[in-house]
Amino acid sequence: MRGGRERVLADIRQSLDRIGPSHEAIVPLPGAGPRPAFDGDVVERFVAKMLEKSATLVRIASFADVAAEVARFVASVNASQRLCVSRALAAIDWPVGFAVEYRAARRDDETSVTPCFAAVAESGGIVTLSGPATPSTLNFVPDNHIVVVQAAQVVRHFEDVWTQWRVSGRPMPRTVNIISGPSRTADIEMTIQLGAHGPRRLHILLVTP
Amino acid sequence: MQAPTTTFPQRVAVAILDKRLQAALDHASGGFVKKRAALVAAQPEFEALRERARCVKDHVLANLDGYLERYEEQVVRQGGQVHWASTAEEAREIILAICRDAKAKTITKGKSMVSEEIGINAALEAAGYEVIETDLGEYIIQLAKEPPSHIIVPAVHKTREQVGDLFDEHHRPLGYTRHLTEVSEMVNEARQVLRGHYFRADVGITGGNFLIAETGSSLIVTNEGNGDLTQTLARVHIVTSGIERVVPTLDDAVTFLRLLARSATGQETETYTTVSTGPRRADDLDGPQEYHVVLVDNGRSRMLGGPFREMLRCIRCGACLNHCPVYTSIGGHAYGWVYPGPMGSVLTPLINGIDKAYDLPNACTLNGRCQSVCPVKIPLPGLLRELRRQQFESGLTPLPIRWALRAWAALAQRAGLYHLAMRIGIPLLSRLGRRRGGLSWLPLATGWTDTRDLPAPQGQTFQQAWSARKGARP
Repeated sequence: MRGGRERVLADIRQSLDRIGPSHEAIVPLPGAGPRPAFDGDVVERFVAKMLEKSATLVRIASFADVAAEVARFVASVNASQRLCVSRALAAIDWPVGFAVEYRAARRDDETSVTPCFAAVAESGGIVTLSGPATPSTLNFVPDNHIVVVQAAQVVRHFEDVWTQWRVSGRPMPRTVNIISGPSRTADIEMTIQLGAHGPRRLHILLVTP
Repeated sequence: MQAPTTTFPQRVAVAILDKRLQAALDHASGGFVKKRAALVAAQPEFEALRERARCVKDHVLANLDGYLERYEEQVVRQGGQVHWASTAEEAREIILAICRDAKAKTITKGKSMVSEEIGINAALEAAGYEVIETDLGEYIIQLAKEPPSHIIVPAVHKTREQVGDLFDEHHRPLGYTRHLTEVSEMVNEARQVLRGHYFRADVGITGGNFLIAETGSSLIVTNEGNGDLTQTLARVHIVTSGIERVVPTLDDAVTFLRLLARSATGQETETYTTVSTGPRRADDLDGPQEYHVVLVDNGRSRMLGGPFREMLRCIRCGACLNHCPVYTSIGGHAYGWVYPGPMGSVLTPLINGIDKAYDLPNACTLNGRCQSVCPVKIPLPGLLRELRRQQFESGLTPLPIRWALRAWAALAQRAGLYHLAMRIGIPLLSRLGRRRGGLSWLPLATGWTDTRDLPAPQGQTFQQAWSARKGARP
């Protein structure tokens, strides 16, 4: 479809009063978008914003507590003891009786457990990057998504996430997901209903040493 | 999408008398307006964000060819493919070819206004594909075989009873036999039915709220998560997007995200913001094997050159719809095509031809609310006025209106004659309307007085009152 490409670019250039490509490189727009100012601790802001958006959250002291909290949560929502887990959490000593599988999610998975790349205080969000250890179906297919967030991962603004990604030197993943609560819809009579297509529940384990 | 067979006045007449539609519109727009106002009031940076967003868009539009080339280069570097479509027909052909090459049978779709604009569903269905909309609102109107009536909440005109009936008809053959009356049950049933489709789909089509030149990424926002399931579970992901949607960097995208959800639904942020870059990597466990972007021009490059360039800043939030007294009285279907409200009244004639949508630029009171809430400061009333001017120039305006406008222009441009006419006319109108305080009938103006009274003037012309006061403030 090269013809289409040349035609569209030629039409754009004609409207910009040019025949060919611009001879000068684009001069980037100076300045940056304003970042919303807010007072107080970023972690507390993150917690408040996620709770506002119908996520649930418990604070734990260390990774050693993840397994017990997962077990408690799974029991509280009557989900099965089979977990679909990110391989990045393979070091966790899962509770006895649980079947833990490290893979992409399938239709019959009820609960997934994943880490995150960062979390955002500004308006509340958990950021995940897709990769071999973190397939993105874990974020969307199961009814219950449990995310392990370390307090030190919470950044102030969304721009800080991109900065962290650039600093990390990681290649651009196929998907960056910013998740701000469980799935919801208001498409029938503007009635808010959780669990439209993605997870019905987003449960955060906040590791605060 | 096909043009409707009825006229705008006919559709308006139907909409105004539809009590259920009126209640739904009041409920939806009222809610959005209130929630947006509360969030804007709580964010001191909102005006600065609007200004920055306007600048970024203007900067991109002035360098659109360069940014699109940069974007394409990055998409290709990440293993994706970019296709360019001058027209809606070219866009349909490109998508049909991708589906054919993928040997697809089932196609799931996330919500995309561009895909409505190019009429892709009808083309795919005509070619024998099974097409399933996955956004709940889009799914409902697809079952009802109707176009969207709002760009954010497409099924806003449907009641729960109507949705229950539609589900009875379409889900019964799938084994769901219970008649549903509660919204929660309906959402749940749609969830179950659509799950099957996501996992069966060969191709997933989504829109692109923003295209990021820096990384070659497309970005979508949803509350339901349907866009993510659509693009992750299908073998092939196709993004449809207008050429004007490119932004330079990830940081720029954040500026727009801060405005989009607040302006659209009165949320701080949508539940899911997803940045997609290329197909699944060699060692990924999920994701599509192919990633295609279809860049749609369809009249946009033409808009770039004339007085309508500012319309290309639009990020499709729907705030102008929610704040428009005309839209909130007549709903989206009355506008006759995919884009309703103020933004639609500008876009529809520009995409389909100004001779195809005479009524739309004229169905506006020029009250200016749309411009005041637009997150990218599009001067919508000014653009509508410019369309009216072009209609007049090209002879589309009906003769009686042309004559009346000519007569008015002749009078208004001759000060002596104008003052004379006012000195005779104003006291006359004042006397005629004195008893009732208004005029219920006026020769040559029955178009106005048939449905409302004309307030009677007080008796003096403005000039007389001004000289009497000698310019002093009362």
